[in-house]
Amino acid sequence: MTEIFGVPTQALFGQLLIGLINGAFYALLSLGLAVIFGLLNIINFAHGAQYMMGAFCAWLLLEYWGVGYWWSLLLAPIAVGVTGVVIERTMLSRLYKLDHLYGLLLTFGIALIFQGLFTQHYGSSGQPYRLPTEFSGGYNLGFMFLPKYRAWVIVASLVVCLSTWYVIERTKLGSYLRAATENPSLVQAFGINVPRMITLTYGFGVGLAALAGVMAAPIYQVSPQMGANLIIVVFAVVVIGGMGSILGAILTGFGLGVIEGLTKVFYPEASNTVIFVIMVLVLLVKPAGMFGRER
Amino acid sequence: MAEAIAERTAAAVPGSDGAPLLVVRGLNAWYGESHVLHGVDFDVIGGEVVTLLGRNGAGKTTTLRSIMGMVPRRQGSVLFEGAETIGLASNRIAQRGIAYCPEERGIFASLDVEENLLLPPVVRDGGLSVDEIYALFPNLRERRGSQGTKLSGGEQQMLAIGRILRTGARMLLLDEPTEGLAPVIVQQIGRTIARLKASGFTILLVEQNFRFAATVADRHYVIEHGRVADMIRNDQLDANMNKLHDYLGV
Ligand SMILES: Nc1ncnc2c1ncn2[C@@H]1O[C@H](COP(=O)(O)OP(=O)(O)OP(=O)(O)O)[C@@H](O)[C@H]1O
Ligand SMILES: [Mg+2]
Repeated sequence: MTEIFGVPTQALFGQLLIGLINGAFYALLSLGLAVIFGLLNIINFAHGAQYMMGAFCAWLLLEYWGVGYWWSLLLAPIAVGVTGVVIERTMLSRLYKLDHLYGLLLTFGIALIFQGLFTQHYGSSGQPYRLPTEFSGGYNLGFMFLPKYRAWVIVASLVVCLSTWYVIERTKLGSYLRAATENPSLVQAFGINVPRMITLTYGFGVGLAALAGVMAAPIYQVSPQMGANLIIVVFAVVVIGGMGSILGAILTGFGLGVIEGLTKVFYPEASNTVIFVIMVLVLLVKPAGMFGRER
Repeated sequence: MAEAIAERTAAAVPGSDGAPLLVVRGLNAWYGESHVLHGVDFDVIGGEVVTLLGRNGAGKTTTLRSIMGMVPRRQGSVLFEGAETIGLASNRIAQRGIAYCPEERGIFASLDVEENLLLPPVVRDGGLSVDEIYALFPNLRERRGSQGTKLSGGEQQMLAIGRILRTGARMLLLDEPTEGLAPVIVQQIGRTIARLKASGFTILLVEQNFRFAATVADRHYVIEHGRVADMIRNDQLDANMNKLHDYLGV
């Protein structure tokens, strides 16, 4: 068994793995977008820039202070999350009473500013991030070779996504979030500080983007544009999954990563567009997305 | 069950000496440009059940929402237990011990019945336990795992009332709890309100149905065009029936 449908199994599993890795990032990023959209009703266009800032934060920590990967995994999301909290408090919170479009424009502007600042300081060429030594090597699975770091990215992303899902759908804190998503003023009238919850939720969503950025740093080059390229695909993922659906974001993220990988094997010409084709089809059939509820 | 609630009667009810628990003076409220309340004045004494009566659009709901801090803009004075609350955010007002049951009931679709019941945080000691609430509304116990909005209208109303009894708030604002419900359910809600009153809760009730209001309330305020037009004691309701019919246009 070295070929499936005329494709060498090595190549098939190789692309499947790349698909899962991409899917892991799609899932993490679209999860953050879904969490933010659910409560804030804002499409966070700065998400790609915040992912990039997470990667840069890890790179800067390593280059200038010698702080390694594991600490970055904790520190970068906190640092970038704090910038998110500041943005929410000083700017986004003024827009909730206005149309969706204002939040989108503001976050888009913020993304451009951050990308511009980083490009000006560090140039547009990518910086490599040294893989932590504990991740060198990999596992021979017989049918393919699985690099350790890739395995870690998939597992870590799954764990983070499922924990987030669990907290939102199965805990008391999550019940506040779900309720405030439906009717924030009533939840506040029960005595819950909803504005603070919104601020922290934005910080958390932004922190998730930064976490994805740290995890991406050793795989992709750390560059100011890294988020801008990715986020377009992630928005398509979110549209397909259904804006605001947590489980939808996770499943669609991984699923579309895999579909993209398989397309690369069977019909490489379409691999860059397959997600957008699916998006169009889904929008025609289910405008609210596969897991979205019509509002 | 009755005893469980009755025990609390003994507990000191703030204002049960006849002093007003809630004092509303010159309350104004706006939705954007439209000025809806034009100086509402009334009092609720601790332990009383007081209704706000009035035609559709008179401003009853807006009065409750203004007390709760849920309108975009409001002015005037709302004293609760002697302290001004007009400048507070609605979560701070809830924490002072006022609880609100909205006209549209506000049951959350993404929460099951028990999650809905447990949602409002406890703000003071002395609230009912979950078991006591289930004893008051046995239907809710049977349906505790159902999605909140899958309940019947009556069950949703029981849930909306039940969940604010847990919080320890002693002042309840109930907006048309009988609206659109079958007579048996209306009676059950009437009995519940009577029990709550007997156990020392203070209740401000919005009602369209003054026949129902007459069975539970001590006093009635008539709201007209965003003002209090009249106050009628429940024992003088019969004598004022003609006047009331004029106010309500029934
Ligand atoms: N969200 C809102 N935006 C704008 N105007 C509103 C809003 N809510 C209520 N109003 C207006 O304010 C006035 C008072 O409404 P309110 O809901 O307080 O009346 P109500 O006495 O509770 O009536 P009902 O018996 O129909 O419930 C009405 O003219 C209504 O149209
Ligand atoms: Mg009303």
